[in-house]
Amino acid sequence: MSSASSPPVLKAEAIHKSYGPLAVLRGVDLSVGRGECLCIVGPSGSGKSTLLRCLNLLEPVQDGRVTFEGRDILQSRRAEAPGIRQRIGMVFQNFELFRHLSARDNIALAPIRVKGEDPANARARAEVLLRKVHLPDKGDSYPDELSGGQQQRVAIARALAMDPVLMLYDEPTSALDPETVGEVLQVMQELAEEGMTSVVVTHEMGFARRAATRVIFMDGGVVVHAAPPAAFFDPAAPKPERLARFLGRLEH
Amino acid sequence: MPLDSPELILSYLSSARFFTAAAMTLLISLCSLAGGMASGLVLALLQESRFGPLRVLAVAYLWLFRGTPVLFQLIFVFNVLPSFGVVLSGFACAVLALSLNEGAYMAEIMRSGIRAVGPGQRQAARALGMTDWAVMRWVVIPQALRMIVPPIGNQFIGMLKLSALVSVIAVEELLLVANQTASSNFRYLEALSAAGIYYLGLTTLFMLLQAFVERRLARRGRAAPKRGWTQWMLGATAEGARVR
Repeated sequence: MSSASSPPVLKAEAIHKSYGPLAVLRGVDLSVGRGECLCIVGPSGSGKSTLLRCLNLLEPVQDGRVTFEGRDILQSRRAEAPGIRQRIGMVFQNFELFRHLSARDNIALAPIRVKGEDPANARARAEVLLRKVHLPDKGDSYPDELSGGQQQRVAIARALAMDPVLMLYDEPTSALDPETVGEVLQVMQELAEEGMTSVVVTHEMGFARRAATRVIFMDGGVVVHAAPPAAFFDPAAPKPERLARFLGRLEH
Repeated sequence: MPLDSPELILSYLSSARFFTAAAMTLLISLCSLAGGMASGLVLALLQESRFGPLRVLAVAYLWLFRGTPVLFQLIFVFNVLPSFGVVLSGFACAVLALSLNEGAYMAEIMRSGIRAVGPGQRQAARALGMTDWAVMRWVVIPQALRMIVPPIGNQFIGMLKLSALVSVIAVEELLLVANQTASSNFRYLEALSAAGIYYLGLTTLFMLLQAFVERRLARRGRAAPKRGWTQWMLGATAEGARVR
């Protein structure tokens, strides 16, 4: 649960980002409290995914501030970025498991090569994480031997292996077959319920309703509306017209 | 007159002189391929570098080594380096020149392998906190190497044949030995046949080795697309036919 007393895990202010003349983010403000599960929804091209990439410095930002662990990480030097990203897990739409490594080694690679963990320990911990994402017997499997849903769960375990304080999910179920969406969302929900701070860009309104502590609606590169899920999806609650239209379209 | 003494071919094939020469051919090829892979990887990384002058350096290298014949490079290394006080054995000159030349071609292969590893893989590695170098070392290069096994096999077979050029700088490899043997008794057919059989034996050996490696990678599921027999026979010979 988000608590007003403790400082936010991550706070973004007035984020501006453009590709050439095309403004993708036009002053986005966002704050994620400890233990919060923040869902970002909105039409395609509204800048949701770009925002996520800006938060862990995968994309350069033209203007704004991102406060993480007590400082503005947009002001950090280039060489500091890897250290910051270690603390922020990210899950991608297309999983991006390392194709040359088994599931176990996908999870253990960064702990071994980035943190210098003992390989045997890292692999043992990978097994623990595989159990956590309900894939206890898939350690030896290579990515192309796994279904999309299984790959995405390994990708979540891979991100967790670095002990992040924050998880970013970039449309984690958009590339999945419908029958495997549920297993991935379930793992994400379990993590959120255990208190993992999460920011989830998603089109799964059911998930947002069930797991989110707050839902944010983005359109045209700005945050249009933010509310707890109950209010966000309440047809009777007052909301901006753009959001009402977006939700209306989803029902058809 | 032709082939009135086929047993002479057999005696050449089993002679210590031809065997040593074939071993020399193999050694030069292996060393030059290793040198070529190392210089090719460095060049490929320079070309992919963020730093402009390094890219220019790589392009200058490619321009120089792809723009002059390898025979010229061999003779240049052998005859010009000594006047700068660098005196190398014929073998060292051969390996140096062939490695430098091979690097220019290997760079393209390495680069295509590196490029074939998608941007999403790099991004995922960076998101885990890897530095640019770690991304290269642990994610991109291992995947790229698997993809370039077939073209590297072809390069090696090409190299076996290319190594015949070093006969001009008096390295005792197959062609030189065959030529010398024949010029003492004018039995060119027999001596060259013996050398030809050694070349074919070596290239066949490496084609089989290449097929074995490709199959092993394929079984682990992470391989370059499978090629049929004819495809890689053609690939192997087309490579050798390339004029440098």
